[in-house]
Amino acid sequence: MTVHAFLLLAAALFALGLFGALTKRNTVIVLICIELMLNAVNLNLVAFSKFGVNPAITGQIFSLFSITVAAAEAAVGLAILIALYRNKATVQVEDMNEMKG
Amino acid sequence: MTGEVMIFLVLATIAIFGALVMLNASKVIHMLLALVLTFLSIAGLYVMLSAEFVAVVQVLIYSGAISIMMIFGIMLTKHHHDAKERTYRSSQRGWLVGVAMVLFFGIMYVLIEGVNFGATAPDLHVENTKQIGLSLYSHYVIPFELVSIVLLVAFIGAILLAKREEDTE
Repeated sequence: MTVHAFLLLAAALFALGLFGALTKRNTVIVLICIELMLNAVNLNLVAFSKFGVNPAITGQIFSLFSITVAAAEAAVGLAILIALYRNKATVQVEDMNEMKG
Repeated sequence: MTGEVMIFLVLATIAIFGALVMLNASKVIHMLLALVLTFLSIAGLYVMLSAEFVAVVQVLIYSGAISIMMIFGIMLTKHHHDAKERTYRSSQRGWLVGVAMVLFFGIMYVLIEGVNFGATAPDLHVENTKQIGLSLYSHYVIPFELVSIVLLVAFIGAILLAKREEDTE
Protein backbone atom coordinates (compact mmCIF):
# COMPACT_ATOMS: atom_id res chain seq x y z
CA MET A 1 0.00 0.00 0.00
CA THR A 2 1.21 3.49 -0.78
CA VAL A 3 0.15 6.78 0.71
CA HIS A 4 -1.71 8.06 -2.31
CA ALA A 5 -4.47 5.45 -2.13
CA PHE A 6 -5.38 6.72 1.34
CA LEU A 7 -5.08 10.34 0.22
CA LEU A 8 -7.39 9.69 -2.73
CA LEU A 9 -10.00 8.03 -0.50
CA ALA A 10 -9.80 10.95 1.94
CA ALA A 11 -10.18 13.47 -0.89
CA ALA A 12 -13.25 11.61 -2.19
CA LEU A 13 -14.85 11.52 1.27
CA PHE A 14 -14.05 15.21 1.77
CA ALA A 15 -15.63 16.13 -1.58
CA LEU A 16 -18.77 14.10 -0.76
CA GLY A 17 -19.03 15.72 2.67
CA LEU A 18 -18.56 19.22 1.25
CA PHE A 19 -21.20 18.50 -1.39
CA GLY A 20 -23.66 17.44 1.32
CA ALA A 21 -22.84 20.39 3.57
CA LEU A 22 -23.47 22.85 0.71
CA THR A 23 -26.63 21.31 -0.75
CA LYS A 24 -28.60 19.67 2.07
CA ARG A 25 -31.42 21.62 3.66
CA ASN A 26 -31.63 19.77 6.99
CA THR A 27 -29.42 21.19 9.72
CA VAL A 28 -28.68 17.81 11.32
CA ILE A 29 -27.50 16.46 7.96
CA VAL A 30 -25.31 19.51 7.40
CA LEU A 31 -23.73 18.87 10.81
CA ILE A 32 -23.00 15.21 10.09
CA CYS A 33 -21.60 16.15 6.66
CA ILE A 34 -19.16 18.40 8.49
CA GLU A 35 -18.27 15.41 10.68
CA LEU A 36 -17.60 13.40 7.52
CA MET A 37 -15.21 16.09 6.26
CA LEU A 38 -13.39 16.10 9.61
CA ASN A 39 -13.09 12.31 9.36
CA ALA A 40 -11.49 12.59 5.94
CA VAL A 41 -8.94 15.01 7.35
CA ASN A 42 -8.22 12.64 10.26
CA LEU A 43 -7.63 9.84 7.76
CA ASN A 44 -5.02 12.04 6.06
CA LEU A 45 -3.33 12.75 9.39
CA VAL A 46 -3.10 9.07 10.31
CA ALA A 47 -1.88 8.17 6.80
CA PHE A 48 0.88 10.76 7.04
CA SER A 49 1.83 9.44 10.48
CA LYS A 50 2.65 6.09 8.81
CA PHE A 51 3.82 7.08 5.31
CA GLY A 52 4.81 10.75 5.64
CA VAL A 53 8.12 12.49 5.07
CA ASN A 54 8.92 12.12 8.75
CA PRO A 55 6.80 9.20 10.00
CA ALA A 56 6.12 9.37 13.73
CA ILE A 57 3.37 8.97 16.31
CA THR A 58 2.66 12.76 16.12
CA GLY A 59 0.05 12.38 13.38
CA GLN A 60 -2.02 10.04 15.53
CA ILE A 61 -1.79 12.44 18.52
CA PHE A 62 -2.93 15.29 16.29
CA SER A 63 -5.86 13.25 15.00
CA LEU A 64 -6.90 12.55 18.62
CA PHE A 65 -6.92 16.31 19.30
CA SER A 66 -8.99 16.96 16.20
CA ILE A 67 -11.48 14.22 17.20
CA THR A 68 -11.86 15.98 20.58
CA VAL A 69 -12.50 19.35 18.99
CA ALA A 70 -14.96 17.72 16.57
CA ALA A 71 -16.90 16.27 19.49
CA ALA A 72 -17.08 19.71 21.12
CA GLU A 73 -18.20 21.23 17.82
CA ALA A 74 -20.95 18.63 17.39
CA ALA A 75 -22.24 19.26 20.93
CA VAL A 76 -22.37 23.04 20.50
CA GLY A 77 -23.88 22.73 17.02
CA LEU A 78 -26.62 20.44 18.29
CA ALA A 79 -27.35 22.77 21.24
CA ILE A 80 -27.70 25.70 18.83
CA LEU A 81 -30.01 23.54 16.69
CA ILE A 82 -32.23 22.71 19.71
CA ALA A 83 -32.36 26.36 20.79
CA LEU A 84 -33.27 27.48 17.26
CA TYR A 85 -35.90 24.75 16.95
CA ARG A 86 -37.48 25.92 20.19
CA ASN A 87 -37.74 29.49 18.88
CA LYS A 88 -38.59 28.90 15.22
CA ALA A 89 -39.94 25.30 15.07
CA THR A 90 -37.92 24.47 11.97
CA VAL A 91 -34.74 22.59 11.12
CA GLN A 92 -34.39 23.81 7.53
CA VAL A 93 -31.29 25.92 7.01
CA GLU A 94 -32.89 28.48 4.71
CA ASP A 95 -35.45 29.37 7.38
CA MET A 96 -32.63 30.38 9.71
CA ASN A 97 -32.05 33.83 8.29
CA GLU A 98 -32.48 36.02 11.36
CA MET A 99 -29.13 37.73 10.87
CA LYS A 100 -29.67 38.46 7.20
CA GLY A 101 -29.36 42.19 6.48
CA MET B 1 -3.24 -8.50 -5.60
CA THR B 2 -2.15 -8.90 -2.01
CA GLY B 3 -4.52 -9.29 0.90
CA GLU B 4 -3.71 -5.80 2.17
CA VAL B 5 -4.80 -4.17 -1.09
CA MET B 6 -7.95 -6.27 -1.10
CA ILE B 7 -8.89 -5.24 2.47
CA PHE B 8 -8.20 -1.62 1.57
CA LEU B 9 -10.42 -1.82 -1.51
CA VAL B 10 -13.28 -3.42 0.46
CA LEU B 11 -13.08 -0.83 3.26
CA ALA B 12 -12.77 2.09 0.82
CA THR B 13 -15.77 0.83 -1.17
CA ILE B 14 -17.84 0.56 2.01
CA ALA B 15 -16.81 4.07 3.06
CA ILE B 16 -17.70 5.65 -0.29
CA PHE B 17 -20.91 3.60 -0.44
CA GLY B 18 -21.97 4.83 3.01
CA ALA B 19 -21.30 8.44 2.05
CA LEU B 20 -23.27 8.07 -1.20
CA VAL B 21 -26.22 6.46 0.61
CA MET B 22 -26.02 9.30 3.13
CA LEU B 23 -26.36 11.84 0.31
CA ASN B 24 -29.26 10.04 -1.38
CA ALA B 25 -31.42 8.56 1.40
CA SER B 26 -34.82 10.12 1.91
CA LYS B 27 -35.18 9.71 5.68
CA VAL B 28 -32.87 11.53 8.06
CA ILE B 29 -32.33 8.50 10.29
CA HIS B 30 -31.26 6.37 7.31
CA MET B 31 -28.70 9.03 6.36
CA LEU B 32 -27.26 8.86 9.86
CA LEU B 33 -27.07 5.05 9.89
CA ALA B 34 -25.28 5.10 6.50
CA LEU B 35 -22.77 7.52 7.96
CA VAL B 36 -22.16 5.15 10.90
CA LEU B 37 -21.16 2.54 8.28
CA THR B 38 -18.64 5.02 6.84
CA PHE B 39 -17.24 5.77 10.31
CA LEU B 40 -16.79 2.06 11.06
CA SER B 41 -14.95 1.38 7.81
CA ILE B 42 -12.70 4.38 8.48
CA ALA B 43 -11.90 2.75 11.83
CA GLY B 44 -10.87 -0.36 9.89
CA LEU B 45 -8.60 1.79 7.72
CA TYR B 46 -7.00 3.18 10.90
CA VAL B 47 -6.16 -0.38 11.96
CA MET B 48 -4.53 -0.89 8.54
CA LEU B 49 -2.46 2.25 9.15
CA SER B 50 -1.27 0.75 12.49
CA ALA B 51 -3.26 3.23 14.57
CA GLU B 52 -5.20 0.83 16.79
CA PHE B 53 -5.86 3.35 19.55
CA VAL B 54 -7.23 5.94 17.13
CA ALA B 55 -9.42 3.21 15.61
CA VAL B 56 -10.95 2.40 19.01
CA VAL B 57 -11.44 6.11 19.70
CA GLN B 58 -13.11 6.44 16.32
CA VAL B 59 -15.56 3.63 17.10
CA LEU B 60 -16.30 5.01 20.59
CA ILE B 61 -16.58 8.71 19.75
CA TYR B 62 -17.90 8.82 16.19
CA SER B 63 -19.88 5.60 15.79
CA GLY B 64 -21.00 5.74 19.41
CA ALA B 65 -21.26 9.14 21.00
CA ILE B 66 -21.67 11.56 18.11
CA SER B 67 -24.14 9.31 16.27
CA ILE B 68 -26.28 8.88 19.38
CA MET B 69 -26.18 12.64 19.96
CA MET B 70 -27.29 13.27 16.38
CA ILE B 71 -30.08 10.69 16.76
CA PHE B 72 -31.24 12.62 19.84
CA GLY B 73 -31.12 15.79 17.77
CA ILE B 74 -33.25 14.14 15.09
CA MET B 75 -35.77 12.77 17.59
CA LEU B 76 -36.15 16.05 19.48
CA THR B 77 -36.99 17.97 16.31
CA LYS B 78 -39.71 17.41 13.76
CA HIS B 79 -38.76 16.40 10.24
CA HIS B 80 -41.19 16.76 7.39
CA HIS B 81 -41.96 13.57 5.55
CA ASP B 82 -42.59 15.50 2.36
CA ALA B 83 -38.97 16.64 2.43
CA LYS B 84 -38.04 14.02 -0.13
CA GLU B 85 -38.41 16.18 -3.20
CA ARG B 86 -36.99 19.18 -1.38
CA THR B 87 -33.74 17.47 -0.48
CA TYR B 88 -31.65 19.90 -2.46
CA ARG B 89 -32.19 23.60 -1.96
CA SER B 90 -32.56 23.97 -5.70
CA SER B 91 -31.50 21.67 -8.48
CA GLN B 92 -29.45 24.43 -10.12
CA ARG B 93 -27.46 24.96 -6.95
CA GLY B 94 -27.05 21.19 -6.55
CA TRP B 95 -25.62 20.88 -10.06
CA LEU B 96 -23.27 23.81 -9.54
CA VAL B 97 -21.93 22.42 -6.28
CA GLY B 98 -21.69 18.94 -7.81
CA VAL B 99 -19.61 20.19 -10.74
CA ALA B 100 -17.43 22.17 -8.33
CA MET B 101 -16.85 19.09 -6.18
CA VAL B 102 -15.96 16.95 -9.22
CA LEU B 103 -13.47 19.66 -10.25
CA PHE B 104 -12.10 19.75 -6.71
CA PHE B 105 -11.64 16.00 -6.67
CA GLY B 106 -10.00 16.11 -10.11
CA ILE B 107 -7.50 18.72 -8.98
CA MET B 108 -6.77 16.73 -5.82
CA TYR B 109 -6.32 13.57 -7.94
CA VAL B 110 -3.76 15.28 -10.18
CA LEU B 111 -1.93 16.68 -7.15
CA ILE B 112 -1.95 13.40 -5.22
CA GLU B 113 -1.10 11.13 -8.15
CA GLY B 114 2.68 11.31 -7.96
CA VAL B 115 2.98 11.54 -4.19
CA ASN B 116 5.28 9.01 -2.59
CA PHE B 117 7.47 9.97 0.33
CA GLY B 118 9.26 6.65 0.39
CA ALA B 119 9.45 6.42 4.16
CA THR B 120 7.32 4.09 6.25
CA ALA B 121 7.14 4.11 10.03
CA PRO B 122 8.32 0.64 11.11
CA ASP B 123 7.24 0.47 14.74
CA LEU B 124 3.93 2.34 15.10
CA HIS B 125 1.98 -0.86 15.75
CA VAL B 126 4.32 -2.02 18.57
CA GLU B 127 2.62 -1.01 21.83
CA ASN B 128 0.70 1.69 20.02
CA THR B 129 -1.30 2.83 23.05
CA LYS B 130 1.84 3.05 25.18
CA GLN B 131 3.58 5.18 22.55
CA ILE B 132 0.58 7.52 22.38
CA GLY B 133 0.38 7.73 26.17
CA LEU B 134 4.08 8.48 26.60
CA SER B 135 4.00 11.15 23.92
CA LEU B 136 0.75 12.67 25.19
CA TYR B 137 1.92 12.97 28.79
CA SER B 138 5.45 14.17 28.08
CA HIS B 139 5.75 16.17 24.90
CA TYR B 140 2.12 17.20 24.39
CA VAL B 141 0.98 17.66 28.00
CA ILE B 142 0.09 21.36 27.66
CA PRO B 143 -2.05 20.90 24.50
CA PHE B 144 -3.67 17.94 26.25
CA GLU B 145 -4.69 20.08 29.24
CA LEU B 146 -5.81 22.91 26.95
CA VAL B 147 -8.04 20.59 24.94
CA SER B 148 -9.68 19.36 28.16
CA ILE B 149 -10.47 23.02 29.01
CA VAL B 150 -11.91 23.42 25.50
CA LEU B 151 -14.17 20.40 26.07
CA LEU B 152 -15.31 21.67 29.46
CA VAL B 153 -16.14 25.14 28.14
CA ALA B 154 -17.88 23.73 25.05
CA PHE B 155 -20.08 21.37 27.05
CA ILE B 156 -21.04 24.01 29.63
CA GLY B 157 -21.85 26.31 26.72
CA ALA B 158 -23.93 23.59 25.06
CA ILE B 159 -25.91 23.00 28.27
CA LEU B 160 -26.54 26.73 28.67
CA LEU B 161 -27.61 27.07 25.03
CA ALA B 162 -30.01 24.14 25.14
CA LYS B 163 -31.51 25.06 28.54
CA ARG B 164 -35.00 26.52 28.67
CA GLU B 165 -34.90 30.21 29.37
CA GLU B 166 -38.12 30.55 31.37
CA ASP B 167 -36.33 30.42 34.73
CA THR B 168 -34.20 33.53 34.14
CA GLU B 169 -35.34 36.55 36.18
